[in-house]
Amino acid sequence: MRDILRRFGILFAFILLMVVLAFLSDSFLTVNNLLNIARQVSINAIIAAGMTFVILTFGIDLSVGSVLAFSGAIIAGLLSRGHPLVVGIGAGLLVGGLIGLVNGLIITKGGVQPFIATLGMLTIARGATLVYTDGRPITGLPDAFVWLGAGEIARIPVPVVIMTVVFAASYVVLTQTVLGRYIYAIGGNEEATRLSGVNVAFYKTLAYVISGALSALSAVILTARLNSAQPTAGMGYELDAIAAVVLGGTTLAGGEGGIAGTLLGAFIIGVLNNGLNLLNVSSFYQQVVKGVVILLAVLLDRRLR
Amino acid sequence: MRRAILIVLAAVLVLTVVPLYGAAMPTVGLSISTLNNPFFVDLRDGAQAAAKKLNVNLIVLDAQNDSAREASGIEDLIQKKVAVIAINPTDSDAIVPTIKKINGAKIPVVTVDRGANGGTVLAHIASDNVAGGVMAAQYVGKRLNGKGSVVMLEGIAGTSAARDRGKGFKDGLKKYPGIKLVAVQTADFDRAKGLAVMENILQAQKTINAVFAQNDEMALGAIQAIQAAKRQSQMFVVGFDAIADALAAVKAGTMAATIAQQPKEMGRLAVEAAVKIITKKAVPKFTPVPLKLVTK
Repeated sequence: MRDILRRFGILFAFILLMVVLAFLSDSFLTVNNLLNIARQVSINAIIAAGMTFVILTFGIDLSVGSVLAFSGAIIAGLLSRGHPLVVGIGAGLLVGGLIGLVNGLIITKGGVQPFIATLGMLTIARGATLVYTDGRPITGLPDAFVWLGAGEIARIPVPVVIMTVVFAASYVVLTQTVLGRYIYAIGGNEEATRLSGVNVAFYKTLAYVISGALSALSAVILTARLNSAQPTAGMGYELDAIAAVVLGGTTLAGGEGGIAGTLLGAFIIGVLNNGLNLLNVSSFYQQVVKGVVILLAVLLDRRLR
Repeated sequence: MRRAILIVLAAVLVLTVVPLYGAAMPTVGLSISTLNNPFFVDLRDGAQAAAKKLNVNLIVLDAQNDSAREASGIEDLIQKKVAVIAINPTDSDAIVPTIKKINGAKIPVVTVDRGANGGTVLAHIASDNVAGGVMAAQYVGKRLNGKGSVVMLEGIAGTSAARDRGKGFKDGLKKYPGIKLVAVQTADFDRAKGLAVMENILQAQKTINAVFAQNDEMALGAIQAIQAAKRQSQMFVVGFDAIADALAAVKAGTMAATIAQQPKEMGRLAVEAAVKIITKKAVPKFTPVPLKLVTK
């Protein structure tokens, strides 16, 4: 029993939140609204999946929101000039991965702390976005691209399908592959991992590449959903992503936690946003309520362990 | 002797006429945050036209969005001993030391569009956000014939623009008791949040007849949500600011209306305030610039 609580503490917090909201609002527990929440959650969840890889190595990636904005601008810039979908999206993902690579190299080869390295990248990528877009939104995207944000496959929103694939793949990578094992090992004890002959720098860098590429993937969804790339897109998204990872039970000290919890964490934040809107809670109280619920959820989780 | 008298007479003439001429054509300095933005170019044009009409000499400086450049440009204006300095600050905090310097030189200061967070400013000229909110409410009220359910998307909580536009809208709706404000939620002036928050509100509210967003970004996000839910025939959206994307949406018919600021009026009122100060007439501490409703 104790073991079940230990593993599923945050799940109980999530179910509790769902039950409370179902009682408070009759539009909450409907198929439409649940699909709506899943679609909204997908952007933060995909970023948080990449963030999980990074945090498991005892790192942090503050640049995710800016990377989203920059790759979104690149994608929209190419597509609005008539390049095919594959080129636009491919270039965006490549740019995201490359920024992650630079982050990783600065951290592993340059010996800069992840917080500072990615804080610098947060500013650089945001500035680059403003330069590239000239501070204006980029519009005029093809319908086929917009489908990625607004479309449905058998009633399931496309962003939700993408999110599901990302989490399934991340789960397999983290639990079934050498890469996953090394990422946990590096976060648990980097020195011991190095001494056992693992190329720590390589695997750490790879975590940042994954984080950058997944930020770019969420840029695809956000840009498609808004039918435009916004120069200010993704501001503050790093905090929501970190919150989702930590709510999901991954410790900031690295080496402990997992991707399933992150999905749950992202859903708690999404459900909370949705519920507060449905209940028409005043914007002043919303921030207080959000903070309190997040803290309570983590406390409940720690209590049950 | 005659020569000496002539010289004295000439000197007297010069000494009396020159100051007279100087008094007839006072100089006003106008420092603008950037001219790399059509809004501020319009503001300058309005100011120049007013200066011509009111017979004042206007010196316009472009700070190119650089607080240091703005400060040094204004120092030059102080050296030139202009009669009034009108400032459109690049930053409300960064301008404070400069305003204190102008206060020290005993030159009156007027601020335009953006205010200053310190120093002594005689007059502030800016758009009247409260009136804009009322204007939106009147449009919504008339178009709904005084009956319906309305949603308001708010800007960043605690900002003056969000507060004033919200207050104006709520005040304006008081005239229409048949209109119910069924949801008021913040979307932080952001398009992505406007989309997500509107999606949520659409889940909760089965009947919505109109949406007022406190800026165009949120309005454009809300339109995406409404179209995705295929409910665009049931409601219309009103934005605020008249940004280029919004004007295009109004033209295309996806946005019902947006509220435009009038930068030319702002420039004119700034110069008029400066002239009132020069002629020692009373100027109000705040001069609201009227807004304009833009529809198809």
